[in-house]
Amino acid sequence: MAKQSVLVPVLVFAGLVILLGFGFRLSDPSYLPSQKLGEPLPEFRLPNLLDESQWLTQADFLGEPFLLNVWATWCPSCLAEHDALTSIRQQHGVRIMGINYNDDPIKARRWLQDLGDPYDYHVIDAKGTLAVDLGVYGAPETFVVAADGTILYRHVGVVTEAVFEETLASRLLSAADQL
Amino acid sequence: MNKWMLSFTLLLALPSAATPLSPVEFSDDKLKARYYGLIAELRCPQCLNTNLAGSDAMIAQNLRETVRRLLLEGKSDAEVRAFLFERYGDFILYQPRWTARTYLLWTAPGLLFVFGLWILLRKNRLRQRSPAVLNPAEEARLKRLLDKI
Repeated sequence: MAKQSVLVPVLVFAGLVILLGFGFRLSDPSYLPSQKLGEPLPEFRLPNLLDESQWLTQADFLGEPFLLNVWATWCPSCLAEHDALTSIRQQHGVRIMGINYNDDPIKARRWLQDLGDPYDYHVIDAKGTLAVDLGVYGAPETFVVAADGTILYRHVGVVTEAVFEETLASRLLSAADQL
Repeated sequence: MNKWMLSFTLLLALPSAATPLSPVEFSDDKLKARYYGLIAELRCPQCLNTNLAGSDAMIAQNLRETVRRLLLEGKSDAEVRAFLFERYGDFILYQPRWTARTYLLWTAPGLLFVFGLWILLRKNRLRQRSPAVLNPAEEARLKRLLDKI
């Protein structure tokens, strides 16, 4: 009896250590996997940032694999990744589509004039409806999308050339191979 | 002095508890109540441990507007939750669904209660089985010890 009563708290303690150890190590509380992987691009009809009289839909983006980048002028990390996007566009010839998210179109156009425009198309997502449909939770986010519009991957945060080579390039390539 | 400090501290807590982020217009009070209920129970995807109501993050503003729009379109609370779940997954729900990953979470309180009950009953039974009566040898030893004092 005496032996058992010592054993019980020890066992409970060991159990807690294992439970909490796993619980804290395995789960990153900010980990938010994209729900949209493997799904088609949501349907949208939004104005072209560079010509607001023109409407763009998801069909205008399709045809070959591309990067879909969510950006805004109020987002400092977007400024940080702009050069990397430019060199990815120039060196690898990857098509990049932009979603100008919750932004002022005038500021956005000035930003592109000042910094250069590596994007093929931009849509104005002034109210974040497309962003919500994509399950975006902050800018910048970058999706790899297949030629038929299937969402293959999502990168959250700044894209650098290292990120492109390590995670995005291979997915773009395998999507291109399947054409 | 302490009382003053306490009331001051409580005052500080007031605005954060009741910040009207952006006054939202509803013609219907019932819809308004449902709106505030939903944004209180849905979690902001960008900020950890804040609901949609308590966050000023861009995406929280977008999602509050989304909830409002869906309610005005006549969607039910369940449909609003499903709409957001489709896009943001379990993360957005403060009340986890019943899935293979969460069954332990849901059943743990009940299991622990049953476990505690079992331990209590067992202890009780053990106590009943060994009555507090000394056998002659113990009786003699007790007497010797008492005599020593």
